[in-house]
Amino acid sequence: MPEPLLEVKDLRVHFPTEDGLVKAVDGVSFSLQPGETLGVVGESGSGKSVTFLTVMGLITSSQAVIEGEVIFQGQDLLKLPKDEMRNIRGSKISMIFQDPMTSLHPFYKVGYQIAEAIRTHQDVGKKEAHDQSVEMLRRVGIPKPEERADQYPHEFSGGMRQRAMIAMALSLNPDMLIADEPTTALDVTVQAQILDLVDRLRAEFNASVVIITHDLGVVAEHCDDIQVMYAGKIVEFGDRRDIYYGSHHPYTWGLLRSISRLDSASKERLQPIKGLPPSLIYVPPGCAFHPRCPYVFDRCRTEIPRLLPTDGHHASACHLTLADKERIFQGEVVVRR
Amino acid sequence: MSVEVTEQVAPQPDATQGPLVRLRGIKKYFPITRGIIFQRRVGNVHAVDGIDLDIYPGETVGLVGETGCGKSTLARVIMRLYDATDGSIEFEGRDITRLKGKALRELRRNMQMIFQDPFASLNPRKTVGSIIGAPYRLHGTVPRNKIKSEVQQLMELVGLSPEHYNRYPHEFSGGQRQRIGVARSLALRPKLIVCDEPVSALDVSVQAQILNLLEDLQDEFNLTYLFIAHDLSVVKHVSDRVSVMYLGKIVEMAPGDTLYMDPKHPYTGALLSAVPIPDPDLAESKKRIILEGDVPSPIDPPSGCRFHPRCPNAQLPKCSEEEPELRPFHPGQVAACHFPLEDRAVIGATGG
Repeated sequence: MPEPLLEVKDLRVHFPTEDGLVKAVDGVSFSLQPGETLGVVGESGSGKSVTFLTVMGLITSSQAVIEGEVIFQGQDLLKLPKDEMRNIRGSKISMIFQDPMTSLHPFYKVGYQIAEAIRTHQDVGKKEAHDQSVEMLRRVGIPKPEERADQYPHEFSGGMRQRAMIAMALSLNPDMLIADEPTTALDVTVQAQILDLVDRLRAEFNASVVIITHDLGVVAEHCDDIQVMYAGKIVEFGDRRDIYYGSHHPYTWGLLRSISRLDSASKERLQPIKGLPPSLIYVPPGCAFHPRCPYVFDRCRTEIPRLLPTDGHHASACHLTLADKERIFQGEVVVRR
Repeated sequence: MSVEVTEQVAPQPDATQGPLVRLRGIKKYFPITRGIIFQRRVGNVHAVDGIDLDIYPGETVGLVGETGCGKSTLARVIMRLYDATDGSIEFEGRDITRLKGKALRELRRNMQMIFQDPFASLNPRKTVGSIIGAPYRLHGTVPRNKIKSEVQQLMELVGLSPEHYNRYPHEFSGGQRQRIGVARSLALRPKLIVCDEPVSALDVSVQAQILNLLEDLQDEFNLTYLFIAHDLSVVKHVSDRVSVMYLGKIVEMAPGDTLYMDPKHPYTGALLSAVPIPDPDLAESKKRIILEGDVPSPIDPPSGCRFHPRCPNAQLPKCSEEEPELRPFHPGQVAACHFPLEDRAVIGATGG
């Protein structure tokens, strides 16, 4: 097995607040291979964004109690001084955000904003940085990039802005791109364009990609591995076939069943997960999902299930027996075949 | 599971009853002006450009299209929030296109709207009780001393706890806020509810709860919905009939299952192929039609068929010169295209 690009070990991010300690991320471990695409799925408040903001060094020990290790290319990012982290952020790891409307500065031209990122990390002149930013805009499929570089963000459509954000994120040829809900604010047609673009650029730049989303549909086509998060923990991990054709966790089942699918009959009733995600201050004892789980039994209320592998790769954190999981999945969750 | 395209899946509107809403040739142009004191009109944004649509009592009509295709403008024209530039709107057989004053106020009791953004559509300084109760106070349909109990009944109906009557919107999650919006729209027991992207700001798991709630309320109060969204899978799920809009015009209309199996307009095909399917094998077998570029400007829409500059099947010069009319295909299906798609052009033989 090659050396992983990123290895997160038992990461905990707890925010002290007036109401109590918010356990946003509570013991998360995973690794990412070079060139791999990882999908991170969960509802709002499951800790998926906080995990990767911490990896990016955007949540620091001044805001939260952070424990664990984030090993990136052999270095523990959590132990790096601020300025070294700043060098890595942008050039080695970069991030695109959900809302392309608010993540570009409205007063500066798009080309200038991309050039600024390049000039921060590389010793190049203004002219050269500008030329590089035009070239990046071309590579992300923006027509007439020379003219577009001289325009302001408000002159771009939503999809164009997200492309510009991707151009900026990839302008320094990072080894890892984190996309936090990159398409949630966009039309489905544009979403398909952007996801295809990310996929193409991943191959072209040989980068690893993390796609964070709440929609299991989005990651079916583009991810190698998928990790499902709930209440600050990973509850299931596996390659995409494991998740879609043989998922082992009731929460993943709930997510799969609540999607309105094109290939199901019209007006067929959806089966949402009942209730709401728990407060991260008062996480339920035992399995955090037990109050919403239709298959709950006594052990779930007291004992926290560990993330245990069933075969080499696929792992889930649930007390149900493997036979039960497979029976329930085949009987109640699968919609077709 | 397989979806057969047969006649009975196409819920034919009850022809004995007249339509609840009948639109004929609806146009809405927004003027573009130059000059500060002497404003000259230099052009028009053709937001909605000639729409005929019938909505029958008790059905759900879906309206789907990309940002900027005019779907929200159409909804606002129907609600009489905008005045139509041309065309006529009938509600229960009565022409309401130019209704004013008291008559318009009374009409509004019968049509309500649910908005996309549950954060922006609720006044942060008002309690939930006063937000949901506002329609009663404005229309005076319930005596003042009964408003509280009515509101609490509504809250219970949409799955909110009535004890939260005195809370403020910020104390609720996105899904709960959308329930507040639903309760407010139900207060006057309207006949028509226009849902403008009601779930696109919500998590998938919460979307399902809201969609089920809307379905239950439809059964209970015999509501008619116009359901607007950009996501075809959501629209197909809730709708009896789906209309696809592109640059101010309806390009295809069909029952949801027909639309999924046999889209005729290449734009519908492209929308379908863009919808992510939570099934890796099916997603790989699906034929991809990736549209290039964005929707053209509605200020100066393309000649002939408006879709021709982005259409993979366009054949010049016919498509750029002749504007296609809506014509029938499968039962209940109409599409406006000179060179329609073959049957099963997008999904292929994966239905079973």
